[in-house]
Amino acid sequence: MEVLSLLADGMLLSLQPLNLMMILIGVTVGLFIGAMPGLGSVNGVAILLPVTFLVPPGSAIIFLAAIYYGAMYGGAISSITLGIPGASTAVATTFDGRPLARQGKASLALVTAALASFVGGTVANILFTLFAPILATVALSFGPPEVFALMLLAFATFVGLGGDDIPKTVFSICFGLVLGAVGFDQISGAPRLVLFDYNGFLQGIGFLVLAIGVYGIGEMLWTIEQTRGEVTTTTPKMTAKGMAADTKEATKRGWKGTMIGSFLGFFVGILPAAGATPGSLMSYGVAKMVSRKPEEFGKGHPDGVAAPEAANNSASTGSMLPMLTLGIPGSPTTAILLGGMVIWGLVPGPRLFVDETEFVWGLIGSFYISNLAAVLMNLAFIPVFIWMLRMPFTILAPMIFVLSIAGGYAATRDMFDIWLMVGFGLGAFFLRKFDYPLAPAVLAIVLGPIAEPTLRQSLLLSSGDPSIFFTRPVAGPITIIALILIFLPAIKLLRRKRNTQKEPA
Amino acid sequence: MITRRSILALTGATILATTPMIAQAQDWQPRKPIDFVIMAGPGGGADQIARYIQSVAEQKDLTNRPLVPNNKGGGSGAEALIHVSTASDPDHTILVTLNSFFTTPLRQENLGIDVQAFTPVAMMGVDPFVLWVHKDSGITTFDDYVAKVKEMGGEYVMGGTGAGQEDSIVIAFMSGAYDLDIKYIPYDGGGAVAKDLAGQQIMASVNNPAEAKGFYEAGDFTPLLAFSDERMPAYPDVPTIKELGHDFSYYNQRAVVGAPGMSDEAAAYYQTLFTEIYNSDEWQSYLTSESLSPLWMDASEQRDYWALQVENHQKLLAALGE
Repeated sequence: MEVLSLLADGMLLSLQPLNLMMILIGVTVGLFIGAMPGLGSVNGVAILLPVTFLVPPGSAIIFLAAIYYGAMYGGAISSITLGIPGASTAVATTFDGRPLARQGKASLALVTAALASFVGGTVANILFTLFAPILATVALSFGPPEVFALMLLAFATFVGLGGDDIPKTVFSICFGLVLGAVGFDQISGAPRLVLFDYNGFLQGIGFLVLAIGVYGIGEMLWTIEQTRGEVTTTTPKMTAKGMAADTKEATKRGWKGTMIGSFLGFFVGILPAAGATPGSLMSYGVAKMVSRKPEEFGKGHPDGVAAPEAANNSASTGSMLPMLTLGIPGSPTTAILLGGMVIWGLVPGPRLFVDETEFVWGLIGSFYISNLAAVLMNLAFIPVFIWMLRMPFTILAPMIFVLSIAGGYAATRDMFDIWLMVGFGLGAFFLRKFDYPLAPAVLAIVLGPIAEPTLRQSLLLSSGDPSIFFTRPVAGPITIIALILIFLPAIKLLRRKRNTQKEPA
Repeated sequence: MITRRSILALTGATILATTPMIAQAQDWQPRKPIDFVIMAGPGGGADQIARYIQSVAEQKDLTNRPLVPNNKGGGSGAEALIHVSTASDPDHTILVTLNSFFTTPLRQENLGIDVQAFTPVAMMGVDPFVLWVHKDSGITTFDDYVAKVKEMGGEYVMGGTGAGQEDSIVIAFMSGAYDLDIKYIPYDGGGAVAKDLAGQQIMASVNNPAEAKGFYEAGDFTPLLAFSDERMPAYPDVPTIKELGHDFSYYNQRAVVGAPGMSDEAAAYYQTLFTEIYNSDEWQSYLTSESLSPLWMDASEQRDYWALQVENHQKLLAALGE
């Protein structure tokens, strides 16, 4: 097995003292950057890129990869403890992580997130090691029709969920799609939906702005209204015994989500258009769909934490693949890594695996080590994060508000977006009062801007003939599955109606 | 050193932005991270160049505050133009441009963007265009290509950047000159175009050499025709469209401009900075390896160049029917 010996060499390389130190520092720094609301791996890698010029290129990219890993773990922390998504990749983690924290099970959620991330990262690493060249071909076989079919499938997983109010879900998706369409149209270059002629809308509505507004500010308003500030959130205790019990429960109730997230996340991650955020949202949707108790999702099911967390780690590794093999970044973070590689004199692209064997395998080896370092570091810090939750809500609430605003500003550097964020927070609060699910809107604003151009590109390819989505070998099956899922609730509803009509007779 | 610097940088992103301005030093220096706006999405030619420039600045420690790349590719660069024009702090906002710097304001007059309002900083080079096909197409010469497109009768698919942008101008000229009927699919950046040519989702592209180089070296892409004035050293066997008797050449400008309203002191700072980057060994070797042509200009020459380009693009767009 040539691959295994190359990998072993790579791992040994990343265990050299300097590289190991880079990994440990990188993971720790990444963990905290990821945990800061608004700041994610993109910011971490961008800020620390200059530092890497102090060490040789091999160690430098290992350092950046370690930050990347750390930030993916860290993103879950504020999603769970504060309910503010730590990074756009961790938005889906708030769906169930926050409810678990409010039930006093924050440690369970954090342990689940850490373990799922570890499994997701490991699965992705193994797939990467064994199948990198083949997977690069798979990524290339995804043209516009295939990407659109995949997006359709993602929407379908959210519509086709039993237990939810389907008209309200559809409304929520449409609302998100409209928000996603604000700004410039990629195909014609014309501005759209520039509401009230505010120039701020020209650049579109940032996903992070919506997510922090909805989950940071909206969630806080909701909690205040529910508890009238009387109740402290939780008084979680943290013991070694408790942690062992949490590990057991996380394994028992989160394995399914972890598996879905690990594989689906990786697959979505390797597609250059997508990246970790769509991957984690889709995995959440699928985990909910296949769950035997979908009604528990959104109220605190470990699978709902495990799926997106496994997926965002897995997708992060996956998105390295198109960068290394094709020279095309799969996510904003890998775009920055790509810039780093160019300055180190490495040419990413089809030749990299052949010309720079030592570098490539050193990097892949460091993925394994970083992943292990990140899970250990994360588990070690859980008591610290739990301690934050012991603060009385009267202190925690203003803190969440400040962190949301500061984090939002750090990410966008635009006051307009901050007002928008506050607006979304208020809007989300009222929508929630009327029982509208918000997750589908968040999904739509992420996937809409990917789905719309690919739909139009596909139709240009086929001269307007929609059969292109059914006749292509990869797009066809995906489209058909998506359509079945979308219409599943309608079919179920019809059948139920027929049954109830028969009963009285 | 590492920890101090990283902590500074970390807090910098959140705190520096909100702290009041510190008193100005005599020689102007940036007081906070520089918003380094890129008129295109990640992965394309403009993005690669911006990130390379940023890396050179960081490696040589040329700036006391980091250049923070900020991709704003929406609306053929209109998003970036609006962002930079309305920047609250023009002294800390610079833009990496391509030719949509000229075309987008022409095509969307309602944006109210006046190119001459921007501050000239540096012309880092110009990037030629090359016609590429996938090697599996079996096409090896431009004549084969023309024959193939005609045979397909309107079903030949090419990809490129957004409507009215550089790629579509080049393809439109070529189609007009050789009476070709091409189905054009717009993408959000040259990186995505190259990827879809590699996956044979499209049949040909006019990527810049920098975008297609990796695939060319791996043997996936075949160059057929160059849109440069002379044959390119890296592709000596590829004929230019001029040789074939059409007086046409087209380059993408790789220039850095400052936000409108930038103070003279700040403009001088950035001009010095980018001259230094331009003269660095790193940049000069990048120009060679990525097949860019040097075209150095001072600030007033840049303004004249802008005026000329606006005029040229007016004609090209009119010919396109835009």
